[in-house]
Amino acid sequence: MNSTRQLQHLYWRAGFGPRPQDLRVGLSPRKALRQLFKDSAQYEPLRVPALATTAEEPTMAADTGPTTARPAALTPEQRKARNQAERAAFAAMSTAWMSRMAFSPAQLREKMTLFWHGHFACRVKRPDMALRLHNTIRRLALGKFPDLLLAVSQEPAMLQFLNNQQNRKQRPNENFAREVMELFTLGRGHYTEADVKEAARAFTGWSFDEAGQFQLRARQHDEGLKTVLGRSGNFRGEDVLRILLEQPQAATFITTKIYRFFVNDRPNPAHIEPLAAAFRQSGYDVADLLERMFSADWFYEPANIGTRIKSPVELLAGIRRSLDVRLDNELPLLGIQKALGQTLFMPPNVAGWPGGRSWIDSSSLLLRLQLPSVLFRNAELALALKDDENDTSPNQTRTERSVKAGVGAHLPLAPLQQMLGTTPSNQHAGQLSTFLLQAPVRPENLVLIQQYAAQAPPAEVLRNVLIGLLSLPEYQLS
Amino acid sequence: MQRRDFLRTSALASTMLLVPKFLHALDHGPGLARLRDARGRRLIVVQLSGGNDGLNTIIPYQNDLYYQARPTLGIRQSEGILALDKGLGFNPAMRGLKELYDQGQVAILNSVGYPNPDRSHFRSMDIWQTGSAADQNLSTGWLGRYLDQDCTDCRLPYNALELDDTLSLALKGQQRKGLALKNPAKLQQLTSSRYLAALSHLDHGHEHHSEADYLYQTLAETTSSARYLYDKAKIYQSATAYPGSEFGKSLKTTAELINSGVESRVYYVSLAGFDTHVRQQEQQRRLLGELSDGLAALAADLRQSGEWANTLVLVFSEFGRRVGQNASNGTDHGTANNVLLLGGGLQQRGILNAAPDLADLDQGDLRYQIDFRGIYATILKDWLGSDDTRILGSGFERLTGLV
Repeated sequence: MNSTRQLQHLYWRAGFGPRPQDLRVGLSPRKALRQLFKDSAQYEPLRVPALATTAEEPTMAADTGPTTARPAALTPEQRKARNQAERAAFAAMSTAWMSRMAFSPAQLREKMTLFWHGHFACRVKRPDMALRLHNTIRRLALGKFPDLLLAVSQEPAMLQFLNNQQNRKQRPNENFAREVMELFTLGRGHYTEADVKEAARAFTGWSFDEAGQFQLRARQHDEGLKTVLGRSGNFRGEDVLRILLEQPQAATFITTKIYRFFVNDRPNPAHIEPLAAAFRQSGYDVADLLERMFSADWFYEPANIGTRIKSPVELLAGIRRSLDVRLDNELPLLGIQKALGQTLFMPPNVAGWPGGRSWIDSSSLLLRLQLPSVLFRNAELALALKDDENDTSPNQTRTERSVKAGVGAHLPLAPLQQMLGTTPSNQHAGQLSTFLLQAPVRPENLVLIQQYAAQAPPAEVLRNVLIGLLSLPEYQLS
Repeated sequence: MQRRDFLRTSALASTMLLVPKFLHALDHGPGLARLRDARGRRLIVVQLSGGNDGLNTIIPYQNDLYYQARPTLGIRQSEGILALDKGLGFNPAMRGLKELYDQGQVAILNSVGYPNPDRSHFRSMDIWQTGSAADQNLSTGWLGRYLDQDCTDCRLPYNALELDDTLSLALKGQQRKGLALKNPAKLQQLTSSRYLAALSHLDHGHEHHSEADYLYQTLAETTSSARYLYDKAKIYQSATAYPGSEFGKSLKTTAELINSGVESRVYYVSLAGFDTHVRQQEQQRRLLGELSDGLAALAADLRQSGEWANTLVLVFSEFGRRVGQNASNGTDHGTANNVLLLGGGLQQRGILNAAPDLADLDQGDLRYQIDFRGIYATILKDWLGSDDTRILGSGFERLTGLV
């Protein structure tokens, strides 16, 4: 396989897609990987100016449940205003992050943040809490996993989502301890119910104050002796996390998840075991793991190229990044996220998004294939979304739930023309397909696209070739 | 030439419509026969989204505790409550359903819920759609798993249909998924792009050797289903009058598909707007009227075509609401709720269990009497002839003799 093909694969997996200029530079995959790490060395928090707390907004006391709002404190008008502000803040966070995915040079950090966003799936009503968690993940995304695990576990958003503020000495709530074991570190079958109960005791008192800062409530903390996974001691929460990561299974579990996200949905033990061992040896150094994975020979095996169904946000980010598409209006992207089944900051449940073929059903596939026409031809998207499930826009009418496209997309053709150079126009489809597609495309489909496009006025031909290629099922794969 | 025009009129005659040959063999495969073994029976699920207030739907008008908890929100007999049985009566807006009830076409189950109820919309709706426990996270729907279980040979997704633009989790299985469509004409339009139709498929037969194959397979199935449904739907136009709302239209389309002979085993329809935290009366009354009129029309339509005896309708909401009204003349998220079953094939009718106990509450919320998964198990095994334990797990008591 030639170096360009390898580079494209690397950029699709370690980031959100190659740009023409990335390929023109002609770095070797090894050098390109090094550059990806360099470009992601700095941490830049996601900032949202729209996120402003007002005097009327009630503080979310630690004792309240995750999503049962207490409307008694607000008049209907105040409640409506608060809901609108929350919606606007989440919209701003989501579009800002999607822009980062498309345009930030720190591609590896963005991709890894997306991975952890699904791994540490969390869903809260308050956007400021969600953003805090998000930036914690972003900051520690490429560092040592124990640091990330501890920081995330102490985030108010996570404590609230997993009900740990209800975990008290006399009445432990096991949800947090269970999910930490099942979803964050070990996976099912590698701990017992007794372990969950004991671990829950160690996490008692982990809470947060009204300002949204972590707080250990000493009086609610059970200081007694606990036994977790064969170890005994007067464990605090931090101790339990350490014990969990002492299990070899933790390295296997995390490595397998990362492999399935970045390499292939079907885990290959021959690849994973050495990676997991090295991961453990390194003290769970995520950057080190990624480097080994992206440097492995098998990473570039045909079985791993063009065999991954893009998630909705990857699909959108890839189009924007590789074609340098600017949008006048980014808000319709949120409707597209929802219609395709992935709303950032709103995972379906604690297990995150299953991914792979679960992205695809008859409706979502049709929409994915229509998307280029919707974005670039202002094709009508007559689609009503499902009822809002967040209790912030109760009882919207169907019209209000309809997605109105109209992103106002600007698609510059010059970079593509430059890429095509002196290639004869009847080979444009073939040439562009090598840049846009990672899965092999049948020659007769290229002929079809070329024939279709050639019917248009000459000034439109290239654009139509492009849209034809983006509308192929193969474009759904990276 | 306009951009859009060239798409429509471009010479496609020469670029053959490469519909893979194997598709034609799929129209009458053994998989459909397997589903036909369910004696031609079908299930229509009506989801009330938002958490319908059960206590103002089926009103315990002879219970003082009800009026004590709802001084201004409680509905009085003098407002036209439609008396049923056991001191319960329908909301005045539900005349159509009352008629069906009097004809023995309705069964009511009170206090349906599950242990450790969740009061958030997305979580509780997930629980109902996946048929999971409160501390479980499943990524497949109960009806999707029904398809996985009973439709292993089925190639085409029209064996479970949702009347909407996007597919609910309830109909997503591991291998098989239902098909979402607002109506056959719209789906046909979406799939009628000549470009899509002309795309050549890697002809590997039935196996998915690659993800690309899987995508082409799904596309082919969708296109084929769209054509099938569109052609079938032309056969029958309903003459019954349905409410003009989206919900009414969805029910009408459902009846037309059924009466046209579409072999779908499952239909899924939603009615949204029940999240009545504020000024509940009018909003809920309007919606219950829509529900009632819609179901009455559906029943009449299917009766006159002889399909009502084969049809079971399940009406549910993701939770009920709190017993006490709130300060905004509405109610907040609650727990257990009533469930309605309708159909010509019901073996038991009327109010099948005790009215909700308003004296023994769980911090102001109703305690559940029946686990909703028992109802699912009953429907799966006794109505659809499937193996409920493989879809839901074991340990859920079926309601024997219900269907």
